[in-house]
Amino acid sequence: MSTAASTSYEAHFKVWRGDTDGGGLEDFTVEVNDGEVVLDIIHRLQATQAPDLAVRWNCKAGKCGSCSAEINGRPRLLCMTRMSTFSREETLTVTPLRAFPVVRDLVTDVGFNYTKAREVTSFVPPQGLGPGEYRMMQEDVDRSQEFRKCIECFLCQDTCHVVRDHEENKGAFAGPRFLMRVAELDMHPLDAAAEEGLDRKKTAQDEHGLGYCNITKCCTEVCPEHIKITDNALIPLKERAVDRKYDPLVWLGNKIRRRTES
Amino acid sequence: MRGAGRAAIAAPHLRTDRWWLQPAATAAGLLAFIVYSTWRAFANADYYAAPYVSPFYSPCLAENCEPMKGGPNWEIFGSWWGLSPALLILIFPLGFRLTCYYYRKAYYRGFWASPPACAVAEPHKKYSGETKFPLIFQNMHRYFFYAAVPVAGILTYDTVLAFRDEDYAWGHMGLGTLVFLVNIVLIWAYTLSCHSCRHIVGGKLKHFSKHPVRYRMWQWIGKLNARHMLLAWASLISVALADFYVYLVASGVFDDPRFF
Amino acid sequence: MTTVERQQWDVVVVGAGGAGLRAAIEARAQGARTAVICKSLFGKAHTVMAEGGIAASMGNVNDGDNWQVHFRDTMRGGKFLNQWRMAELHAQEAPDRVWELETWGALFDRTKDGRISQRNFGGHEYPRLAHVGDRTGLELIRTLQQKIVSLQQEDFKEHGDYEAGLKVFQECTVTRILKDDVDGKVAGVFSYERESGRFFVIEAPTVILATGGIGKSFKVTSNSWEYTGDGHALALLAGAPLMNMEFVQFHPTGMVWPPSVKGILVTESVRGDGGVLRNSEGKRFMFDYIPDVFKEKYAESEEEGDRWYEDPDRNRRPPELLPRDEVARAINSEVKAGRGSPHGGVFLDVSTRMPADVIRRRLPSMYHQFKELADVDITAEAMEVGPTCHYVMGGIAVESDTAAALGVPGLYAAGEVAGGMHGSNRLGGNSLSDLLVFGRRAGLHAAQYAASLAERPVIEETQIDLAAAEALRPFSAEGPDESLVDEGPVASGAKPAENPYTLHQELQQAMNDLVGIIRREEEMATALKKLAELRVRARRAGVEGHRQFNPGWHLALDMRNMLLVSECIARSALERTESRGGHTREDYPGMDRAWRRVNLLCNLADPTGGLAATDPVRGQIRLVRKETEPIRPDLLALFEKEELVKYLAEEELFE
Repeated sequence: MSTAASTSYEAHFKVWRGDTDGGGLEDFTVEVNDGEVVLDIIHRLQATQAPDLAVRWNCKAGKCGSCSAEINGRPRLLCMTRMSTFSREETLTVTPLRAFPVVRDLVTDVGFNYTKAREVTSFVPPQGLGPGEYRMMQEDVDRSQEFRKCIECFLCQDTCHVVRDHEENKGAFAGPRFLMRVAELDMHPLDAAAEEGLDRKKTAQDEHGLGYCNITKCCTEVCPEHIKITDNALIPLKERAVDRKYDPLVWLGNKIRRRTES
Repeated sequence: MRGAGRAAIAAPHLRTDRWWLQPAATAAGLLAFIVYSTWRAFANADYYAAPYVSPFYSPCLAENCEPMKGGPNWEIFGSWWGLSPALLILIFPLGFRLTCYYYRKAYYRGFWASPPACAVAEPHKKYSGETKFPLIFQNMHRYFFYAAVPVAGILTYDTVLAFRDEDYAWGHMGLGTLVFLVNIVLIWAYTLSCHSCRHIVGGKLKHFSKHPVRYRMWQWIGKLNARHMLLAWASLISVALADFYVYLVASGVFDDPRFF
Repeated sequence: MTTVERQQWDVVVVGAGGAGLRAAIEARAQGARTAVICKSLFGKAHTVMAEGGIAASMGNVNDGDNWQVHFRDTMRGGKFLNQWRMAELHAQEAPDRVWELETWGALFDRTKDGRISQRNFGGHEYPRLAHVGDRTGLELIRTLQQKIVSLQQEDFKEHGDYEAGLKVFQECTVTRILKDDVDGKVAGVFSYERESGRFFVIEAPTVILATGGIGKSFKVTSNSWEYTGDGHALALLAGAPLMNMEFVQFHPTGMVWPPSVKGILVTESVRGDGGVLRNSEGKRFMFDYIPDVFKEKYAESEEEGDRWYEDPDRNRRPPELLPRDEVARAINSEVKAGRGSPHGGVFLDVSTRMPADVIRRRLPSMYHQFKELADVDITAEAMEVGPTCHYVMGGIAVESDTAAALGVPGLYAAGEVAGGMHGSNRLGGNSLSDLLVFGRRAGLHAAQYAASLAERPVIEETQIDLAAAEALRPFSAEGPDESLVDEGPVASGAKPAENPYTLHQELQQAMNDLVGIIRREEEMATALKKLAELRVRARRAGVEGHRQFNPGWHLALDMRNMLLVSECIARSALERTESRGGHTREDYPGMDRAWRRVNLLCNLADPTGGLAATDPVRGQIRLVRKETEPIRPDLLALFEKEELVKYLAEEELFE
C-alpha cells in the first residue's frame, strides 16, 4: 500500500452522460496511476464501471484529432491532457463538445465540419503542368504547410463563439478551420483558382463568413498543433479580402466596369 | 449556448480557472489609459517643456499651440480652432489603435464580452461580428497604418529635437531624452509589427521566391508581429509616460535631470 | 426480423486509410458509384501516424535511383519472400502515385530546385522518401480526403448531390461480406452504424478490403484501436485465404511509459543521430549482441562506434544501428534477464551524447513527443523504450496485378491488409507507396469487374438475418437468466457473461508473451490453447446498455476478428520452422533456403464461413502450403549471383 500510495490515487470525476433527449453530470471515483492522461481514465471507467460510456478516440498520440471533448470547461484532446496537470483533490468535469449536437455521452455529431469542408472549392491544378512537373520553392510552401499540420480535431470550431454561442450563424460561417483552408489554398503557390475565375479572397468574405471572425483568438489558444490560426491565416485572409473589397481604387474600377457591362 | 440537439448543460461555462482575470485586467488597463489620455488631451496645458513636446500634442496643428522652436507646430488649422490642438492629431493614433487587430481582441473581450474568455458564453443574443456597420469599418485598419507612419516619423523628429537643452543648444541629453528614445523605439516597433504592415510588405505575395527582399522584410516583420500584443501595451504605457514626464516638467513638479 | 435497409452501389471500399481512399478515387474515376465504409471519422485513419515518408524512386536527390534499385532493396528487405511481381509493380508505379498527389494539392518538402525532397531511410540505397517533416501520413490522408471532396463537388455541380457518385459512410463497421448463394460471387456487405447501432446492407458486386493491420491483438503496439484485423477476418469468413501471417514486424523502440502511450514509436533517427541503448546497469549492451554475420560491419568498442558519427568512412557503425529485428531481440533479452528499466524497457539516451540545443534542433518531434506525452525532457534524461508491434507483412492472398483476392470473385484487397508485397519484412517508407500503388490498382480492377457483370449478384434475406443475429448476440449472451439474476448465479443457472474488455486484455497479453518477437514451439502451443479457451469464453461476451454508440458491444464484435487473426499468426508461426525477417524462432534461429518458396495459406476450417460448430481444440484455421512462382529471369539478373546464393535454393538458381 505504501509504495502504491505515491503513484496511484482515487480521483473524482464528473462525466456528462446522456443523449439528445437530455442527460447530466454523473459522479465517478476512479483509480489514477502515474503518467496517465484523461483518456486513460475514461477507458478505465469503460472497463470497470460504465462499459457503454461512449467516447470517440483513435491514435492516442495527439495525431488524429478524434478525442476532442471539454475538460473543466475547456476544449481539449483527452489523450493530450495529462492527469498530472491537475491536483489530486480536484474534481474533473468532462463534457462533450458544446458547440455541436450530442450523439451520446462524450460523442458529438461533428457533421457541421464536413459540410463546411465541402463548401470550400478544392485545389485547382494549374493548366499545362503535368504530374512530376510541379516546381515549388520551400519558402513558397511554408505558409500552407503550417496550415496543413491541422489534425481536424475541430476544437477551434467548437470554441469559436461565433457558432458556439450563436447557432444561427452556422449557415453563414465556415469556422476557423475552414477559413484557414481557404487561406491555405490562396497561399498555395500553384493554385490556379484565380485563372479559372474564382477569387478565393473575395469568397472568404462573401461565402465563408470571414467578417464574422472578430479575431479574439480562441481558435489559436485551443489548437493542439499550435498553428497560429489567427495571426497567420485569418488576419492575412482579412487583409487579402481588404485588397479586394475595401481598396478604393479597385472598388472604383469594379463599379465602372460593372456599369459598362450593364 | 443553446442550439439544436446540443448536450443539455445549463451552465454558461464550466471553467474552474480564473478565466475572468485576463479580460478584467485588460479592461482595467485600457480604461486607465482612456481616463488619463482624455484628461491630458483636453487639458490643453503643460504639454511643452523645452526641448520636449508631449507626444499627445505633436505635431501641433493650430494657432493656439505653444511656440516650440524647431518643433512640428504648423498652423494648418489657423486660428479658428479653439479646442485643445491634441484632438486634431490624436485621431490618427487613436484610429490606428482602435482598429488594430490586437486591440480589437482586447476590447471585444474586455469591454464587450464577446467572448469574455474562451468557451465562456457571451451575454449577447445576436452576433454579426465585423460584417455590418459600424464594425465593418475595422477593415480600414491599413489606412490608419498609413497615417500612423508619418506620425511616428514626427515623433522621431521630436526625439531628435530632444537632444537639445532648454535653450535649444544641440548635443545635450537629459532623462527626458531617454524617455523619448525608449518611447519612439516602442512606437516604431508597435507600428511596424502591425498585421497590415506585414501584409503590405510581403504577406500579400503568392511567391516569396520571386521577391527575396520583400520576403526577408516579411520574415523580419513577422518576428515583430509575434510580439504585437506586448508591443501594443509597452508602447501604450511608454507614450503615456512620455506625456506624463513632459507634464511633470512643464508644470514645474521637478526639473529635467540633465546628463550633459 | 425487421427489414434491414439496403442500398445499391457498384464498389464498396472497407476502410478509409490511404489504400481505401486511393481505391475509392480510382473506382469513382472509372465511373463506378463507390461507397467507402470506415470505423472512424473520415480523415482519422491510422495512416496519419506514418512519419517517415513515401518511398518512390523519383531520383530527385540522387539521380542514380530508378525502379530497379528500389525493387532490389524491397526484395532484400523482405528476404526474397516477396511476391516479386507486386514488388516490381510497386517500384515502377510509386513515382507516378506521388506526383499525382501534388496535382491534388499535396505540399511535400522541397529540394533547392523546387522538386520533391527525398530522404534516406533504412534499407534504401538512395535518398528515396518523399516527406513532409515528420507528418507525411497526415499529408497523404488529407490530400486523398480533399481529392474525394473535390470529386464530390464535381458530382454536386452535375447532379445537385454531393454523394451521387462517391459516399463515405463514416463510423460504420462491416461485420460480414455477403455472397450470392448461387455462384459464390461477392454481393455486398452487412454493416452497422456505430452511432445508432442501426444495421444496413450495401449491395455491390465488388468489395475492396483496405482495413489495415492487426496490432490490437498485441498488448504493446503502435497501432490504433481500429487495427483489429477486420479485413483479414472478413476475407477468411468469405472464403479467401490469408498468406504468411507469421510475419509481424516489431519495431525495436516504442515508448514503454507512461501507460497511455505505451507502444508509440520512437523514430529510428534517434539512434542514427547518436542515441545509445543502455540497460539498468548503465551498460551499452548492444555490443554483446552483434551476430557473427555482422561482426565485420559493426564497431567492437564504444570508442570506435562513437567515431563513426563523425567519420563513417574509417570507422564501423555502432551496433545500435543493427537491423530492427536484431535490436528488438537484444532489448527483449536484456529485459528478460532482469536488466530492464523500471517500466520494462531499456534506456535510450541522447541526453549525455549531445548538447540540449542540438537535440532540440535535430529531433524536434521526439523532443515534443516525450515532453507532451510523458513529461520527460529528453535533453536531460534517458527515454525508456521497448519493442512494439508495428506492422503485419502477411495478409489476404491477392493476384499481384489486380489486387483480387484468391478464390472469391469480386473481392479485392489493398494496403496492409493485403499480403505478399513486403515478404518477410517491410522497409520503412514502402507502406505508404504500397497503399497508393495497390489502392489504385484495386479500385481500377474492381470498377472494371463491376462494369463487366451482366447482372448483379443477389443477397438472400436469410444471409442478412444470420449476420444480424451474429451481431446482436452480445446483447443476449449465454449469461444468466435475466429474470433470475436477483437470485444469484446458481439460481439463474449459467456462468456470468464475460466482459469483452477482460477478454481483449487476456488475448493481448497472451499474444504478446507467447507469439511475440521471439517464438518457441511450446509457447505457441500454449498460445493456441489459450486462444481456444478465449474463443469459448468470447461466445459468452455480454454487454450492457443499448446499441447506440456502445463501445463494449463494438469490442465484443471485434473480438471475433482478433481471435481469428491471432490464430492464423500462431498457427503459421508454429508451422514455419525457420527464422526470417519478422518471424524469429528461438528453436530454429537460421534462415532456411527451402522455406523461401513456401507460402503458408490460412483457410477457414469450416469453408461455409460458420464459426459456431468449430472444434475448440482443433481451432478454426487450416494451413495449406503453397509454392511460390519462380522469379522472372530479368528481375533475377538485377542481383549478383553471390547474393542470390544466400536466398535461393539450388534448383531455383539453375532455372
